[in-house]
Amino acid sequence: MNKENNLKGWLYLLPALLFLGFFMVYPLVDVFVYSFEEGYNSASQTFFGVGLYNYAYVLHDPYFLQALKNTFILVIITVPLSTVIALVISVGLNSIAPLKKLYQTVYFLPYVTNTLAVGLVFMILFKKTAYTDGLANLVLAWFGRGPVDFIDGPYWAKMFVLCFYTIWVVLPFKILILTSALAGVNQDYYNAAKVDGTSAWRIFYKITLPMISPMIFYLVITGFIGAFKAYSDAVALFGTNLNAAEMNTIVGYVYDMLYGDSGGYPSYASAAAIILFAVVFTITMINLSISKKNVHY
Amino acid sequence: MKVVLQNLTKVFPSRDKKSKDDVIAVNDFNFEIPDGKLIGLLGPSGCGKSTALNLISGLLRPTSGKVFFGDDDVTDLPPENRGVGLVFQSYALYPHLTVRQNIMFPLQNLKGTARLSREEIDRRVLEAAKLVQIEGLMERKPGEMSGGQQQRVAIARAVVKMPRVLLLDEPLSNLDARLRLQTREEIRRIQRDTGITTVFVTHDQEEAMSISDMIVVMKDGVVHQIGKPQQVYDDPVNLFVSKFLGTPPINVFEGRVKGGALFIGDERVLDVPGAPDGPVWAGIRPEGFIPQADGPFTCALSGVEVMGRDVSVVCRHPACASAQIRAIVSSEIRLPEGATSVRFSLKPHKVFLFERDGEARIRLAGAKG
Repeated sequence: MNKENNLKGWLYLLPALLFLGFFMVYPLVDVFVYSFEEGYNSASQTFFGVGLYNYAYVLHDPYFLQALKNTFILVIITVPLSTVIALVISVGLNSIAPLKKLYQTVYFLPYVTNTLAVGLVFMILFKKTAYTDGLANLVLAWFGRGPVDFIDGPYWAKMFVLCFYTIWVVLPFKILILTSALAGVNQDYYNAAKVDGTSAWRIFYKITLPMISPMIFYLVITGFIGAFKAYSDAVALFGTNLNAAEMNTIVGYVYDMLYGDSGGYPSYASAAAIILFAVVFTITMINLSISKKNVHY
Repeated sequence: MKVVLQNLTKVFPSRDKKSKDDVIAVNDFNFEIPDGKLIGLLGPSGCGKSTALNLISGLLRPTSGKVFFGDDDVTDLPPENRGVGLVFQSYALYPHLTVRQNIMFPLQNLKGTARLSREEIDRRVLEAAKLVQIEGLMERKPGEMSGGQQQRVAIARAVVKMPRVLLLDEPLSNLDARLRLQTREEIRRIQRDTGITTVFVTHDQEEAMSISDMIVVMKDGVVHQIGKPQQVYDDPVNLFVSKFLGTPPINVFEGRVKGGALFIGDERVLDVPGAPDGPVWAGIRPEGFIPQADGPFTCALSGVEVMGRDVSVVCRHPACASAQIRAIVSSEIRLPEGATSVRFSLKPHKVFLFERDGEARIRLAGAKG
């Protein structure tokens, strides 16, 4: 009876298992296998040998190192900054009664806007052409600075635009999550604190923050993962030849290795992808262990 | 610290600006809470009890009227400057802090000259914890404690800063029946030990009657009666108050006064000297019935429920406002086997007459009421 039920259970699970197996597990394993096959040729399906050469190549490729550096800078700057800005805006939104709905809508609009369209707008804001210096440079000119070419100019200027753009794009989702988390905190806690004469800062630090800490850590973890996988943002701003612009990311490198002008190297792409996986996995594990210690209840 | 409410009114404007259905949650409250007493604010759900409490705490501002603590007018003071301790229905214990940190929280807010040393804080926290008998659970988080223990922590947090007035909002409603009995005794003891003027809100008349020095019965934002619990029970001013107090509830009959006597149905059940002729509501407390073979009041018998010391006689009568009449009589009284009706005589001081319109009490001539 029990055994029969077990079989039935597996039978019901079969469609899901097949799908997951074909589309999730098999590709993952395959990427792992590719990354160890040296000189793999996708046309003839042949390779010379098995070993760590692909990893060695990727780790010595200046383009990959550039992409790695870019990705890390992007992650380290945008994740904390966007979370803090989102928190400030959410707390602000939560403490105003009039126009709250309107502002919530305004802040959420970027989320439903196409990445590439937004990228174009940013390019217009920041790009310096023969005819105009762009809006950003106009502002700089007021302060007696510039003009700086943010799109084709120095490395720091381009990185600034990329970070600015990334923060702007990820803010709506974070604000949405945090405003609902804030709205979910029982008003009694604030009343109790008020009766006890707690200062506004102490209420925020001692009550609000701990109460929404699970949501903040959720945003930090997903923020890290999302930033590590950045690619389309860079393309939207700097075009497809990211290596030339020194603005490539790890995912961009993987894409270039597969389909780019100098592409056709699935083994190198796989090795880079596995390295990215290892990095994201490690960071996420560190995040989780920190959150276990600091996130309350 | 005595608390005085003077013409206190709170109106909540209606959400829909066009309609004029403003809600008057508290309507012209005028009463004084004597120093060191325990007061029960009693009324059905939605009658404005919690609003009244929040007006005293300062979390709400009155639309008009004044609140005094002692001789100080605190109407315009924010809650933190009033020196009140507030216990919420939900307890509102901070879930991420331990019991110790929760109780400590109000003391750590003190600044300037009021600032306390670490030792002083520790001493006061321990004192408060001992008062509510949770000193063994200081390192627990609220989630790891029972409802009753959380309730104690909430009280400790409210009294640790030595408030002038302690306010409890439905303090027992989240507890099970047994714990409720225990905790209400506990609240009574803590109040006596500290001598803090205490106001607590409840919809449970038994709870209010059992521990309060004084009860305030209210309905729809209006105070109906204020007095000692027994006094209000024995001498209600109107039909609502008489119905709201007492379990089992009072039995209400459509009656008629004619020539100084009360008639229910066709039976002349009681002499009521001084009552004007006309239709009345007659309220008879369950303990006001005495089964008597030649009693003047006849009811159809539905059944008898034995409850140990007492017997509850369940009857029907066409003039009764509810489906059942419940009379509590001593278990020594035996009703004849197989009886279909029972005759009662009535205890005069357990029978109240109210006007049919307006439902105000009709006072009788003579010693009582």
